[in-house]
Amino acid sequence: MTSARDEILANIRRSLGVTGREAPRIAAVDERIERAPRGVVPKRGQLPPEERVTLFKAMAEAAQATVEAVPSAADVPAAVAAYLRRHNLPATLRRGADARLAAMPWGETALEISVGPSDGHDLNGVSHAFAGVAESGTLVLVSCEDNPTTLNFLPDNHIVVVSAKDVIGDYEEVWSRVRFKEGKGLMPRTVNMITGPSRSGDIEQVLLLGAHGPRRLHIVVVDE
Amino acid sequence: MTLVATSPKFKENAARALADAQLQKALGNVRVGFIEKRLKAAERLPEFEALRDSARDIKNHTLAHLDLYLERYEKAVTAAGGHVHFARTAEEARDVIAAICTRLQAKTVTKGKSMIAEEIGLNAHLEALGMEPVETDLGEYIIQLRNEPPSHIIAPAVHLTKEQVAEDFRRVHTGLDKSRDLSEPVTLLGEARQVLRRRFLEADVGITGANFLVAETGTSIIVTNEGNGDLTQTLPKAHIVLASLEKLVPTLEDVSQILRVLARSATGQDMSVYTTFSTGPRRPGDPDGPGEYHVVLIDNGRSAMLGTSFQDMLRCIRCGACMNHCPVYHAVGGHAYGWVYPGPMGAVLTPTLIGVDKAGHLPNASTFCGRCESVCPVRIPLPKMMRHWREREFERHLTPATVRSGMAFWGYFARHPRLYGLATSLAMHGLALMGRAKGRFRWLPGASGWTKHRDFPAPQGATFQERWRKERRTRRAS
Repeated sequence: MTSARDEILANIRRSLGVTGREAPRIAAVDERIERAPRGVVPKRGQLPPEERVTLFKAMAEAAQATVEAVPSAADVPAAVAAYLRRHNLPATLRRGADARLAAMPWGETALEISVGPSDGHDLNGVSHAFAGVAESGTLVLVSCEDNPTTLNFLPDNHIVVVSAKDVIGDYEEVWSRVRFKEGKGLMPRTVNMITGPSRSGDIEQVLLLGAHGPRRLHIVVVDE
Repeated sequence: MTLVATSPKFKENAARALADAQLQKALGNVRVGFIEKRLKAAERLPEFEALRDSARDIKNHTLAHLDLYLERYEKAVTAAGGHVHFARTAEEARDVIAAICTRLQAKTVTKGKSMIAEEIGLNAHLEALGMEPVETDLGEYIIQLRNEPPSHIIAPAVHLTKEQVAEDFRRVHTGLDKSRDLSEPVTLLGEARQVLRRRFLEADVGITGANFLVAETGTSIIVTNEGNGDLTQTLPKAHIVLASLEKLVPTLEDVSQILRVLARSATGQDMSVYTTFSTGPRRPGDPDGPGEYHVVLIDNGRSAMLGTSFQDMLRCIRCGACMNHCPVYHAVGGHAYGWVYPGPMGAVLTPTLIGVDKAGHLPNASTFCGRCESVCPVRIPLPKMMRHWREREFERHLTPATVRSGMAFWGYFARHPRLYGLATSLAMHGLALMGRAKGRFRWLPGASGWTKHRDFPAPQGATFQERWRKERRTRRAS
């Protein structure tokens, strides 16, 4: 008996009128994967660094995220504490073991910090982004030992720290950086592109924030 | 939901839909929202049209090399610690999924929105095996409570009003305060969030669809606004991805091209809120994520579409723009189409999947206005393909006798141009004379299908061809 796999491949080849062994076809596929050509990249994000960050903020705000900038990483804890106070939220915060977050002076605030993945009972979470994409105000977060994916979805209020130097123009630049970090053809287990807080328009097409993921998304851009 | 197609009864379905006041009220939301949002998003991006060409070319290239990209994809998934299962039919796909769930002794299975899961009738199968499938997309959750199929591929509950949803929540969420206020969408959303949060945390297996599969890296991609797909795939022991063969694209760069047209065409967003790239299961040291990662690659008729006049349909990225812009969909909604996929894309796809004998009405349910093709992000020639189906239907003698004899009657005149000219001239001048007083007819013999619903305007006198000849003579003379 032929396996489902072999029969499906055989059917595709019969329909396309090919054998699967044609050298030019194989070369075309190898070449495309190897070279990964960029297609049409919008001019919108092709800006000098400072204007890129400005566009990133504007686009993120258009997607109902809130954005603030702080001069240095050392200023993040105070900014986060102030944000939570402003919104009348409890002074609790969960974060991953990320070294950049761990190095911040959380002890200088009154925040009660816990570390590790969320079990669904955390109101507030903070993550560090891998990058920000200016063309659409999109955050890019990658999973690893120090960055739990659950923190991106379970807490009601998600705060994301991103370095200004990691705010790039387009998605294509994200993949260059991922390949540089992971190697060609390799990906982190999860890459989350996040553009604004969770929402749904499923009831009478009325757009409402906070469907299953975070109700609020606050971005802290570190300028240094 | 039921998988029994009611597509053969399209005419009855449509008549019922037109008379359904509640449905007509709900459909009003489609007519206003989507069209303007898409237009604005497209206008904000100068490269939008070029990106549509790019998306079309990527899909065409992938389909022409689909066998090779599938092999590359399979290799990459396996290298990342995932498993690829091939399924020829809906039944094979259901069996593969059931085997994984059974082995993991699953009781609760959460689900992200997946049209292929609807296509293979997955929920009924899991229920029959004693498992509880829980839809987590808000729209899908609502229609699951009502035991209905989705009426739109990205807005499954678009046919319902908030009053209907409130009624269902009161019926099903019995543990809650009976006097609670459910009059606004925001309270309904809050209640669904609270109920489903518990289900996410207790689920044993999470099943999602895939918007794309990347051959380069073995990555599956889901695009959502709610975040339900992410909670579905991150929290349980295993993540099962369901995808039909044509979801494949070569590289991450290629996906980025198509993502730029997907959300803009669907909801008018620059990007959907969550675009998630998943590659394999939880890795050593990872603090969370699924322990197992499976992909079920489903053919179910796709490989047979390659190399035919319907191959272009395999470019479809399921954005819903064609139905959002379709006057027929606006009038009758999605359920009238009688199977999983409604609107213009459904009118083309459904006959290939369940047969033109059952779904022949669907490609006829078109005014051929061409709006679907004009907004399709991957430029699928939907009207042309609907015409292909009409031709096949005619060739296979599935067209009703009245239509066939009418066509034969018209065909005779069309082949005899002088006779055609004479007959139409007589008819038009005659009608113009008879209708001169009122300028319209309330009834015409043989045209009651028209005059039952609206007046027939009286012709001005000359036929189009007569006027054309006259205009040409005048222009030449001047």
